[in-house]
Amino acid sequence: MSASGIRPGRRGRSVVTGIGVVAPTGIGAARHWESVLSGKSGLGRITRFDPTGYPVRVAGEVPGFRAGEQVPGRLVPQTDRFTHFALAAAEDALADAAADPATLPEYEMAVVTASSSGGTEFGQHEMENLYQKGSSWVGAYQSIAWFYAATTGQVSIRHGMRGPCGVICGEQAGALDALGQSRRLLDTGSRLVLSGGTDASLCPYGLVAQLSTGRLSTEDDPARAYLPFDAAASGFVPGEGGAILVVESAEAAHARGAPAYGEILGYAAGFDPTADGTTARHSVLVSVVRRALADAGLAPGDVDVVFADAAGTPAEDLAEARAITEVFGPGGVPVTAPKTLTGRLYAGGAALDVATALLALSAGVVPHTAGLGRPAPGCEIDLVLDRPRQTDPRTALVLARGHGGFTSALVTGAGDRHALRR
Amino acid sequence: MADFTLDDIRRILRASGGVDEQTDLDGEHFAGTSFADLGYDSLALLELVNRIEREYGIQIPDGDLAHTQTPLEALTYVQARLTEARV
Repeated sequence: MSASGIRPGRRGRSVVTGIGVVAPTGIGAARHWESVLSGKSGLGRITRFDPTGYPVRVAGEVPGFRAGEQVPGRLVPQTDRFTHFALAAAEDALADAAADPATLPEYEMAVVTASSSGGTEFGQHEMENLYQKGSSWVGAYQSIAWFYAATTGQVSIRHGMRGPCGVICGEQAGALDALGQSRRLLDTGSRLVLSGGTDASLCPYGLVAQLSTGRLSTEDDPARAYLPFDAAASGFVPGEGGAILVVESAEAAHARGAPAYGEILGYAAGFDPTADGTTARHSVLVSVVRRALADAGLAPGDVDVVFADAAGTPAEDLAEARAITEVFGPGGVPVTAPKTLTGRLYAGGAALDVATALLALSAGVVPHTAGLGRPAPGCEIDLVLDRPRQTDPRTALVLARGHGGFTSALVTGAGDRHALRR
Repeated sequence: MADFTLDDIRRILRASGGVDEQTDLDGEHFAGTSFADLGYDSLALLELVNRIEREYGIQIPDGDLAHTQTPLEALTYVQARLTEARV
């Protein structure tokens, strides 16, 4: 048995053939990737509502997203913003993969996405109607729009994908778990899975819910608010958006003549049982990384870059740096966290990190972590700073830790696709 | 009491259930096309009922409008309720 419970002999190869991005760094994989390479930040003062009275006023908002243009008209008033994002990203990912669902067997296409907050903004408006006007003013669509699985359901209906569908709620780790699940589905009869995740909770209700962790940065300067592994780290910035990927069995992709950005080589998940989680978090993360590598059949020396979870709080950063050092040795592997440009996107975060990792592998470059100053004491990692490194990476490890203890790792390998659709 | 017309049904459907490229709410056959063929499911009809009740101050018993198949039938039903309410 491998780390994921499926016998290695039964496992087929899982490849990613399409990438759809809706993120603070831009809409579309090409725009996102340009922002990453140039270190262009999507963080700024919140504009979706007046944040004056709140302790957190900086966030990563998706710029220029117009639901009316990017989402089927009927679904705009029926679904929340996190579903709008996913519908747009799914459409993009399918087009990028040149996959036409109408030509594929409906029961062999599956959808599994991650969600962390559900339809928060939609829910807030309906609750306002409830307490300001009464129960008859609550819209019928609240019954489906708030739901964590709303995105998976709407994407499935939209594209006629009637294979196994599900949602995984593991906060920031959720999208890695969804991708791990997509690989399992490919081993049990599906040929194409739409997977990844999005979140959109930059409304007063959503923000207040996030504040309860005490881990958000209250810094007002967008350039100073999210500095993981830095001596000035003061928490993280919340963001919205995410990514949806087309994951296919290598045989199915080959049969369609579709090139792949890369392959999902290994995956493992664990759970940190403690509340604050620093000591345990370190050892759980070490174990998860080792199991993901074992699942991929790789040694630490085979990994060319680590996309860090980068919590942005000193204790969590130190725990992650120590875990990376324990597995790879001091400065043993380049580490990067392009999420300093977007903030933490919750269910969308790890999905975007995997998208960025695949783009990095297909472009042969390690993107840098923009905006950091002085490394925090004790973080003995080779953080890629200032500019991208042209090292032709072939294998990337993506780490994600979700609030409450979710801990996941995913290993991706380079594919045969190097061109991004524009 | 305001009049209730097919335009009101169109307006409410647009606002509540949304429209897409395949939906022709302005076509000549709108009134006689079933809600299902227009692309509106039971949730959309529930929302239609809620909005009519709120806007026109009438009560529509649960499920009554769900038995109507087309905008024309819904129009006839709602106009009858409005006439009752005026008496």
